Amino acid sequence: METPKLTAKRIEEYLKEGKRFDNRKPDEFRDIVIEKGVSNNAEGSVRVRLGKTEVLVGVKMGVAEPYPDSPDKGNLMVTAELLPLSSERFESGPPKFPAIELGRLIDRFIRESKFIDVEKLCIKKGEKVWSVFIDIYSINDDGDLLDAAGIGAVCALKMAKIPKYDSKNEQVLFGEWSDKKIPLSKEVPISITAHKIGETMVVDPTREEEDISEARITIGGTPEGIISSIQKGNSKELSVEEIHKIIDLTEKTRKKVFSSIEKSLK
Amino acid sequence: MNAAKTFKRPDGRKVDEMRKMEAKVGVVPNADGSASFSFGDTIAIAAVYGPKKMHPQHQQDPAKGTLRCNYNMLSFSVTDRIRPGPSRRSTEISKITQWALEPVIMIKKYPNMVVDVHIHILQANASTRCAGINAAILALAHAGIPTKELVSSVSIGKLDKQLVVDLNKYEEDWEEGEGATDIPITMTNSGKVTHLQLDGKITSKDLKEAINLASKASKEIYEVQKKALKDSLNIK
Repeated sequence: METPKLTAKRIEEYLKEGKRFDNRKPDEFRDIVIEKGVSNNAEGSVRVRLGKTEVLVGVKMGVAEPYPDSPDKGNLMVTAELLPLSSERFESGPPKFPAIELGRLIDRFIRESKFIDVEKLCIKKGEKVWSVFIDIYSINDDGDLLDAAGIGAVCALKMAKIPKYDSKNEQVLFGEWSDKKIPLSKEVPISITAHKIGETMVVDPTREEEDISEARITIGGTPEGIISSIQKGNSKELSVEEIHKIIDLTEKTRKKVFSSIEKSLK
Repeated sequence: MNAAKTFKRPDGRKVDEMRKMEAKVGVVPNADGSASFSFGDTIAIAAVYGPKKMHPQHQQDPAKGTLRCNYNMLSFSVTDRIRPGPSRRSTEISKITQWALEPVIMIKKYPNMVVDVHIHILQANASTRCAGINAAILALAHAGIPTKELVSSVSIGKLDKQLVVDLNKYEEDWEEGEGATDIPITMTNSGKVTHLQLDGKITSKDLKEAINLASKASKEIYEVQKKALKDSLNIK
């Protein structure tokens, strides 16, 4: 079901007065609910809820050969699946563009922020390094899967424990964990997407709002104000002033989101 | 600004100096429109086929036409051979290209039709998506697809703390200080942003300055594009 035109019109009229259907302000996030430990076989896993939106993010690790251009660095792989279970819009089969983009956006967000200290994931230079796999699954899509997945990825990495490794036989002892955590930087990156709906900039849209958004910009960065990844999405041009507005709005929102998830990161 | 004067780029360019640009319209005779565009060693060609009836039929949109972009790097365009065929990266860049072009293309005029834009990178030395977008808009104009204005795409970089225009590969791999930040930006001739990406590390103040630089650089690119279109029609 796409959002009917009449609903679209009403959403825009509301936004003109600074209102939304669920009583939020344009720059207000839904309550973020984070549950840790979806699967006890994962190195780290979380369930993130933003209102009715729900995603699961899991971290698994493995030992692999490093890439030739980074012989002393661990590998990072991010994949996302938009499950047909989570919306009538998603179909099974090979991943379509939205799933590919989601995976790549979270990959770049984590990679470019240098959140994972990949050099500490080297076991033997040029031969063996730890690979970190972040896998994202949608459970219910009510908009803003992107930001929910970003929060999930950071939380899952934060709680993940490295599996035991038998260096004599060069084998990972899956299902047994060392007391070591994945080496992470102190600054926690947050990814926030701002949408332009009518003339208003909105964060954390519901499905209906996201449907009628004409342009979006996803910005990953730290609450301290360092930006590390950006992507503009959808076919609507934005003026330079509008982009400045979005840079400021997302910076403010990153701080707010960080303080509301801070205790889940401990 | 003093730092900008003393900053040495590896290839001797000034911080706001583009690589040599070349644009040519009409490079694929079979296509309805085509063009090539290069930034120094980065060379892109683009061809447009259409508007034509959309197949399969269920993908037809009775409300508007479809702009379908396909970005691809030739296997031998880079030092380490790329496996031919689509990848997650090329799928994303294809979509980014479509988003960058759509705001200026009057695609509404072609319900149930599709306009195909094929972009191939022949030789890569960074900024390939920007060269591809610059070639694509020329090919679309050459094909006679109604276009409100041109778009121009450029990659702004930050090397350590210094902003520069039109990154090359060597600069993209910059490791000193804060390393390299790559910011591909596409703007319309009237100064609206249709595409913006960033990888690296930057403050919001520098980011705003980078957008400012892009808007200046895109005017230079626009002149090259305009000349190529005029040349193809023998207009002085």
